Amino acid sequence: MSTGLKLAAAAAAAAIALSTPASAETLRIATEGAYPPFNFVDASGELQGFDVDIAKALCAAMEADCEITAQAWDGIIPGLNAGRYDAIVASMSITPERQEAVNFTEPYYQAGAVLVGPVESDIMPEPEALAGKLIGVQRASTYANLIEQRFPDAEARLYDTVENHNLDLTAGRLDGVIAQRIFMSNWLADEGEGYEMKGEAMLDPDILGLGAGIAVRKEDTELLERLDAALTQIMDDGTYDEINDRYFTVSLKPQR
Amino acid sequence: MNWQVMIDSIPRLLGGAAVTLQLVTLAALAGFAIALVVALARLNRNPLLWMPAFGFIFYFRGTPLLVQIFLIYYGLSQFPEVRDSALWPILREPWWCALLAFTLNTSAYTAEIMRGAIQAVPRGQIEAAMATGMSPLTRMRRVVLPQALRIGLPAYSNEVILLVKASSLASTVTLMDLTGVARTISSVNYMPVELLSMAALIYLAINFMLTRLFKLIEYQISGERRAAVRDPLMAAGLHNPEALQKAELK
Repeated sequence: MSTGLKLAAAAAAAAIALSTPASAETLRIATEGAYPPFNFVDASGELQGFDVDIAKALCAAMEADCEITAQAWDGIIPGLNAGRYDAIVASMSITPERQEAVNFTEPYYQAGAVLVGPVESDIMPEPEALAGKLIGVQRASTYANLIEQRFPDAEARLYDTVENHNLDLTAGRLDGVIAQRIFMSNWLADEGEGYEMKGEAMLDPDILGLGAGIAVRKEDTELLERLDAALTQIMDDGTYDEINDRYFTVSLKPQR
Repeated sequence: MNWQVMIDSIPRLLGGAAVTLQLVTLAALAGFAIALVVALARLNRNPLLWMPAFGFIFYFRGTPLLVQIFLIYYGLSQFPEVRDSALWPILREPWWCALLAFTLNTSAYTAEIMRGAIQAVPRGQIEAAMATGMSPLTRMRRVVLPQALRIGLPAYSNEVILLVKASSLASTVTLMDLTGVARTISSVNYMPVELLSMAALIYLAINFMLTRLFKLIEYQISGERRAAVRDPLMAAGLHNPEALQKAELK
């Protein structure tokens, strides 16, 4: 190691030591932990996934300690507003309804919805083709709204987790499921033998939103600004792309 | 609290309450019938009868109802043999899976209530029945079961109330029962406090009516309490001649 490099390393270490506050703030973040590969609990009980890695990268960029907890999906917004954590990084789509309850950062990824059904079935994501069909969807998700508004004649079955509706799809209880495109393409590759995507991906900004954002309480405007700044930082310095490539073959980086 | 949201949600919640009541009523009736058979088998001396009954009660009382529902709904459907069997049209439906789980669960608890109640019938009653030459079956029907019913009824009313509350787990297998409807509406408007409070009030109303119903049944099968009402003197404790005389003197 040359003297120059040593000096640079020492300077960098000093810079880090100086820039880290004596008592680093703790940012409490909730995720669902049941939405692989975005957020899930691994074999050792640790939360993992794209959302979790993004959350950790944001904390690093904000120089805060991260405390990430798992929270059931249908209580995740009430839990935020009750002050049990400060932000939600859980692949939550930004929608006007949710914006009435919480504030969102700029989207950190964009994905569409897709209909998946058995290979031999001829269902299509069209209102007439889905009339009377049993379609599984996660309760409280934007995909549930999509069925209600675009396919009103389909019979929606509401599940607590996407894993449960996929389980029922393979059990033959459902004609199809509507869920997030990337999640379903991973599921099809791993365990979805005999099933396929039907028709085109659905990108319906009115219902599906602008993409997934990080939710914070309405009054936490300062935290919102800092999260947005941190998001821009990790997108610019390559951290985002590095995390993206750990999980996906295509980039989910939103158009900004 | 947003009162308007609570009031507006009532019609949909009542629709969910109908599903809850349907499940609970059918599970309680079927569970009662199964419990009678299980309780009698449990009390039999033949190991071929009491051992399976013991195992049934042990399993369904010893494991969580949620686990039982998931095993029946998600578990059984994983086996191609089940999906190809004649039972699949029934096991395919979440409604039947929930009903099956509730029925088996409540029948295990009810069987234990019945066993205790049957054993609590005084020995002298049975000896008297034997002395008059009643066959074991007649003895059971005329002497033991009617008394056991009175002994076991308070505990059984508890079990039915617990069943009403436990039925909220039906929402975990996509059923739109009272809890399922409340969770679905609150997942759209993010007002879980309003929706769950309203659902809780409806559960309270159901259980209030159930306790009244059981009070009524208890009264109907308790001869001495009805007699007390028919005969006001007896009700006042004036059933001995001396007291009666004193009362007339006043």
